[in-house]
Amino acid sequence: MIATARDPRVEYVMRLGDNALVLAQRLCAWIAHAPVMEEDVALANVSLDLFGQARLWLGYAGELEGAGRDEDHFAFHRAASGFRNVLLVERPNGDFAATTVRGYFFDLWSYLALGELARSRDERIAAIAGKTRKETAYHLRRSEDWLIRLGDGTPESHARTQHAVNDLWRYTGEPFLRDEIDAAMLDAGVGFDPATLLDPWNERVRSAFSAATLAIPSDPWMQRGGKSGLHTEQLSYLLAEMQALPRSMPEAAW
Amino acid sequence: MSDGIEGDASVSDERERAFNERLDRSLKIEPTNWMPDAYRKTLVRQISQHAHSEIVGMLPEGNWITRAPSLQRKLILLAKVQDEAGHGLYLYSAAETLGTPRDEMVAALHAGKAKYSSIFNYPTLQWADVGAIGWLVDGAAIINQIPITRCSYGPYARAMVRICKEESFHQRQGFDIMWTLAHGTPEQHAMAQDALDRWWWPAVMMFGPPDTDSTHNEQSLRWKIKLFTNDELRQKFIDQTVPQAEQLGLVIPDPHLRWNAEKEHYEIGSIDWDEFYRVIRGDGPCNKDRLQTRIEAWEEGAWVREAAAEYARKRGAQSASP
Amino acid sequence: MKKKHEWPQWEVFVRSEAGLAHKHVGSLHAADARMALENARDVYTRRNEGVSIWVVKSDDVYATDPSESEEFFDPSEGKSYRYPTYYHVPEGVKHL
Repeated sequence: MIATARDPRVEYVMRLGDNALVLAQRLCAWIAHAPVMEEDVALANVSLDLFGQARLWLGYAGELEGAGRDEDHFAFHRAASGFRNVLLVERPNGDFAATTVRGYFFDLWSYLALGELARSRDERIAAIAGKTRKETAYHLRRSEDWLIRLGDGTPESHARTQHAVNDLWRYTGEPFLRDEIDAAMLDAGVGFDPATLLDPWNERVRSAFSAATLAIPSDPWMQRGGKSGLHTEQLSYLLAEMQALPRSMPEAAW
Repeated sequence: MSDGIEGDASVSDERERAFNERLDRSLKIEPTNWMPDAYRKTLVRQISQHAHSEIVGMLPEGNWITRAPSLQRKLILLAKVQDEAGHGLYLYSAAETLGTPRDEMVAALHAGKAKYSSIFNYPTLQWADVGAIGWLVDGAAIINQIPITRCSYGPYARAMVRICKEESFHQRQGFDIMWTLAHGTPEQHAMAQDALDRWWWPAVMMFGPPDTDSTHNEQSLRWKIKLFTNDELRQKFIDQTVPQAEQLGLVIPDPHLRWNAEKEHYEIGSIDWDEFYRVIRGDGPCNKDRLQTRIEAWEEGAWVREAAAEYARKRGAQSASP
Repeated sequence: MKKKHEWPQWEVFVRSEAGLAHKHVGSLHAADARMALENARDVYTRRNEGVSIWVVKSDDVYATDPSESEEFFDPSEGKSYRYPTYYHVPEGVKHL
């Protein structure tokens, strides 16, 4: 009989890996196109960190799964429906304001989540979270700085940033939703309850928005689906570009 | 007492003598030292061209970051292109010590008044091109750059020391890509050969026109901004690269290539200098695209730069603690 | 002619390891001090080169003029009595 109940940790760790992978892939497209050259270097650092995080998580997911899938298999040979990232990270780069706001929303969530995961009963998860939380703290510092600069900069930068906030706000609910995988991981002492991160997240967002003179949108509707493989249209374009080469020569090593 | 004009002339003679003496004693010229205007202008031109080359040079390889075929390759390429941005910054920083603001240099690039290395006006059509650029273009660049670590202008020499140290992995990662492809599937091998076919001659041209035609050679050699001639450096590149191609099992696209046992150098067929000058003039395959991409990044970033400047102004950046 | 969005230039000093002094490594542009520190971190310490960074606005750096270097620096030559080797230590005297 085929084992059907695979370890929920596989799914759980894949989510973490896919969040990092998809955002890293988005960010690396900025390189050589940033508003100043210093920012090319800075965005590349964030992207490099996130690719590094993705490799750690996906490598571990592959080990847990035990089916011979490695980081590259996860990255290059899954269809969009196989990806488990939250919708927020797959949203297009847009302008620098949209990239900044998306980054800020994710960095803050990620920073809080990694803090919880650093206490995981699963030692590998705890170790990866402990390591990656430091770099995430730096990403958060940068994205928050930029959020405030842009929000409280010129009328144009304020308008662009508020527009990005209004666009992206509806993707900020999903990371805090608890589904059966989260519940299983919470019970096992491996994971945390994402709902508990909502208050600290909101609190810091409110304070940053106040400094940035930005308004929190009143529209309460929150999109969801990424965690279970139901994505926005944009993810498949991202994957088409990222996966084209290895998929076109499946027998090749690179 | 002599009149003012004569007095100025003798002061300037004295300064020129001191400047030349520093050069002769291989002492570095530093930003606060007196230097002839022509030396300053030549340096600004050369260093800013070098900086522009790093920045425009991000584009052909940068194309492939989102499409690199493995996470490992993607990280390496991203780190390499990031280094190029960093190296552009080190070089602009060195050039700014000569009194020309970076924005002015960048504006000259965007206006088409400043040059950058012509090699970046060739397209990256497939993944192996990333390997060929690392192996050939970075290989050539290193040969060009190592002597500059000993050039007479301090900030340029120091920037170049740092750059050479950091770029030591760039050529190797390119060769590593080529090696993997050359030893991969027949299709991958063909990719590697195709890339070599297209990048070989442009790489050979990277050292600039032959010594007989080079306008800047003599003066720059005397000023110790340049330490070897174009042809000397080109020969070094050819001698080191031909055996590497053989080790890769790839064929250099030159039927006239031969080993001259007497001179202990490789000899190559004739270089198509018409193509070289055509690409410099702006009619290479990608000149327009490359410049347009840089201009767009700059223009689309204007509101961001303004916003940060305005925010700093509001906060009184000078007193604001970080 | 300065446009309003031009960012000031900053000189960057990096302490490469604990116990060493900060050393000048180059310059960069940033709108404010905080950004200058962040940019310095990304531009000048990508290879683990630093444990501490200083940034100073380039305009705030004052330098000696090379034309005055003789009067500035030559007078400190020839003062050999500032060095311990100048002094004769009688045989048998310790802890000096």
